[in-house]
Amino acid sequence: MNEITDLSLKALSEGLQAKTFSSVEITDAFLKRIGALNAKTNAFITVTEEAARAHAVDADARHAKGQAGPLTGVPIAHKDLFCTEGVLTSCGSKMLANFIAPYDAHVVTQCKTAGLVTLGKLNMDEFAMGSSNENSVFGPVHNPWDLSRVPGGSSGGSAAAVAASMTPLATATDTGGSIRQPAALTGTSGLKPTYGRVSRYGMVAFASSLDQGGLIAQTAEDIALGLGVIAGHDVRDSTSANVPVDDYAQELEKPLTGMTIGLPEAFFDERLNASMGQRVDAVIEAFQALGVQFKTVQLPHVAEAIPAYYVIAPAEASSNLSRYDGVRFGHRADNPTDLMDLYERSRSEGFGSEVKRRILIGTYALSEGYFDAYYKKAQQIRRLIRDDYTQAFTECDLLLSPTTPSTAFPIGEKSTDPVAMYLEDIYTVATNLAGLPGGSFQAGLIDGLPAGYQLTGPAFSEGRILNAAHQLQQATDWHQARPEGLTHV
Amino acid sequence: MYEAVIGLEVHVQLNTASKIFSGSSTTFGSEPNTQASLVDLGMPGVLPVPNARAFEMAVKFGLAIHAEIGTTSVFDRKNYFYPDLPKGYQISQFDLPIVGRGEVDITLENGDTKRIGVTRAHLEEDAGKSIHDAYDGMTGIDLNRAGTPLLEIVSEPELRSAKEAVAYLRVIHSIIRYLDISDGNMAEGSMRCDCNVSIRPEGSTALGTRTEIKNVNSFRFVEKAINTEINRQIEILEDGGRIIQETRLYDPDRDETRSMRSKEEANDYRYFPDPDLLPVVIDEDFIQACRDTLPELPAARKARYIERYGITEYDAGVLVADRDIADYFSAVAEQSGEGKLAANWVMGSVMAELNQRSQSIHDCPVTTEHLSDLIGRIKDQTLNSKTAKIVFDALLANEGSVDDIIEARGLVQVTDTGAIEAIVDSVMTENPEQVENYRQAPGDKQGKMLGFFVGQVMKKSGGKANPQAVNEILRSKLNA
Amino acid sequence: MSLSGDDLARVAKLARLGLTTEEKEATATQLNGILALIDRMQAVDTDSVEPLAHPLELTQVLRADEVTEHNQRDHYQRVAPHAQDGLYLVPRVVE
Repeated sequence: MNEITDLSLKALSEGLQAKTFSSVEITDAFLKRIGALNAKTNAFITVTEEAARAHAVDADARHAKGQAGPLTGVPIAHKDLFCTEGVLTSCGSKMLANFIAPYDAHVVTQCKTAGLVTLGKLNMDEFAMGSSNENSVFGPVHNPWDLSRVPGGSSGGSAAAVAASMTPLATATDTGGSIRQPAALTGTSGLKPTYGRVSRYGMVAFASSLDQGGLIAQTAEDIALGLGVIAGHDVRDSTSANVPVDDYAQELEKPLTGMTIGLPEAFFDERLNASMGQRVDAVIEAFQALGVQFKTVQLPHVAEAIPAYYVIAPAEASSNLSRYDGVRFGHRADNPTDLMDLYERSRSEGFGSEVKRRILIGTYALSEGYFDAYYKKAQQIRRLIRDDYTQAFTECDLLLSPTTPSTAFPIGEKSTDPVAMYLEDIYTVATNLAGLPGGSFQAGLIDGLPAGYQLTGPAFSEGRILNAAHQLQQATDWHQARPEGLTHV
Repeated sequence: MYEAVIGLEVHVQLNTASKIFSGSSTTFGSEPNTQASLVDLGMPGVLPVPNARAFEMAVKFGLAIHAEIGTTSVFDRKNYFYPDLPKGYQISQFDLPIVGRGEVDITLENGDTKRIGVTRAHLEEDAGKSIHDAYDGMTGIDLNRAGTPLLEIVSEPELRSAKEAVAYLRVIHSIIRYLDISDGNMAEGSMRCDCNVSIRPEGSTALGTRTEIKNVNSFRFVEKAINTEINRQIEILEDGGRIIQETRLYDPDRDETRSMRSKEEANDYRYFPDPDLLPVVIDEDFIQACRDTLPELPAARKARYIERYGITEYDAGVLVADRDIADYFSAVAEQSGEGKLAANWVMGSVMAELNQRSQSIHDCPVTTEHLSDLIGRIKDQTLNSKTAKIVFDALLANEGSVDDIIEARGLVQVTDTGAIEAIVDSVMTENPEQVENYRQAPGDKQGKMLGFFVGQVMKKSGGKANPQAVNEILRSKLNA
Repeated sequence: MSLSGDDLARVAKLARLGLTTEEKEATATQLNGILALIDRMQAVDTDSVEPLAHPLELTQVLRADEVTEHNQRDHYQRVAPHAQDGLYLVPRVVE
């Protein structure tokens, strides 16, 4: 039993401050576990062992001098689309398989400043496009609960690494569910903040108006601690919101009596499978025991969220990914005969098939004669969906639904059927279209595999979501379940 | 007979210190890629943040052409692949530009004024530069220029000749120079012009198929390129052919335009609002602050010069076209108190000299003090027009002050009647035949014949005799 | 709406993606499946609905005109696949 790696971020932070252990000891323990488990999970693309130890030494020095913050010396790992200066930032793509980022993302800088120790970079679906983490040039990530199954995606490496206790905290990003869906499938807690809450500077773009950085950890409380570090206004991101950051840790302790949670009727129709329905019912009962009221609410246009999302996200992506042309960075085809050959071969060789599909769909949706029928229509539906949520939040404080239609599916099951894969996102994409914060938290197991429930709130209600999830985690033990078979290394 | 229909798209590089979306310097002529930051290079993960000064400049331009200011303007992406375009898209403004419909007045050759509509002006980023055949037949890419702010000014197709197009372009140039929002240097590419040209039978109101001549880089070439293109189109139509809508390039060496197929391949730009940027809302305070700092513009200055200095409309128009020349002129006019003389000297000797030297007024060795002193010496009759020109040439050669030159060269005008009478007498003695002819000629012919004697007297005096006195004395002696 | 082989070729060219013949067929089938999913939104009445580009509908903050960057060419060109004497090199561009 490796005691240190079983601890929550909160417990590690307290232990460091009480000098129960040092940052070097913590870091070594996690590095050792990564070394033992990465061959099985493939969660890490890069492990920055030496730099991590050096950071840990610095952190211990800060603690010794009394200059440490609450998270100084605690480990973290970053999804491989946050730029890290001097370290490979691959986005899971052959296109960037040689890209040593020349600068740090805002989120990375914030973590460094707070004294967090970076363990390495986490696997992901290529350019964050996918729901299974099978679209990585570095190979699929395996779900620690069952290595033959997917961990979800695109932040599959982040979720799997936390689930396998290879890191206590991981950064992740969510464009249509890429934090919440893998968190649900790996029995972890994940939060996608409000669009604009966390700077996108240095976060390699998939779909700029939907992408949002967030965190995956074991508990809501751990996310609250981490979110305080990465949230906040950044002048380098024009879409970053200049709104004060709440004291998330303080909000955790509020009682839930008097809170009303809405249940969107569209998410509880006949398509919800029975076992997932039972897990959500159990969550509802547990909340009721804490004094939460429930009511049914309407989101009339939420059924169109998937079609609208699969226009907007690919359209933005098709443009965002035009910069990969083999000229200034990234993969370049050998011996190009002319400019067109340089472009076409560099891009065809560098991008995987899902990325190509989305670039093609997005290019088509923006092209002459189709713009109004696709892109404009999708943006109109986006407004209807956003207005639906605004209306719903006049009646309730938060919304609750399952995070995913089912538990983790076997690797290979959906990889040849893009549409089946896209339907994994039915409960999550609307949140991104509306720019709202959403979290996925543990809802117990179905046949030995984790299920998750999702909480969505009004803009900048991260504190309220984490408060509700934390109170539930205080009253239940679903979040304490760990994948068997991996606990001993 | 055909009529030409011409519209211009003028790209003006704004002279901000930093780029439109990054903190890189916009200085011209640095080592390749030393002014290309992460944002300019389109590195993965970077984001644009717009420059407030570029908006101020655009708004000032809008106010100067009496345009509607776009209180909400939106940046869009124009998507296409080209090596000098790092992101694979150019950030521009499509549906909602910062400057809406406006107008400028141009002066036609016959002196009439014609009002030309400006459709819009929008902000966008410049591309980098391709350096052809840099290495082993490869093209080198320098992204120092990428991200330099551009104001693209689009005219209505209301220009009807190459001359009108040039007149319009000069007015735009004059406005941006007065506003000091660009150096307007066409040779260095800080002002570039695309010309949309079509022709139609005179009297027709339908538009012909147009071609676009890209990146013409001087006023002279704009005129030549348009005329060449008009003639090319006429020839095609006369031969029963059809004009193809396409982008063309003007080759000044051959004075011809040719098709640019490389730019034609895929012009489906897939414009959509840039999701990395938010709508820019300009409030009334911002616009008022721009209005408060607007300088006097060419049209207003022209009116003022006519009123204050009593010069002609034509002269005023010439003088105000270039802000620096106008400033020079008004300094001389104020210092000398002689507006008309100042106008004649600036438009004559000064501008001729600048043209010949291809210099700007800042490099002119004749300062405003020099020229107003010179005019003062003409006014007090120390100099006549001939000796004044000698002094001016000496000033150009840096020979010192006006009075020093007059002194050193002994150019003081002879106004002493006795001395002039003596010269007149000797000229008359030396030319008895001419004197006789003059005296027998009818009165209306005598005026012309007097010129001979004036010339002789002036020559004898070394140009220093006061011409007015010479005339008077000659007349009285010849008619005696 | 469905995508023909010509549409796919046009779009692939616009996106500068070279597709092999086999890829083209499989891709066309997959893209048409995705388009069928997307076309469900055509049933929604969106007349008079303003498109929503950003969920929070904030407005842009402008930056002061200051030079904050300095030359880091060598640092940035370390990731360049083909650069020489400070220039990025590409196959000859014909104008």
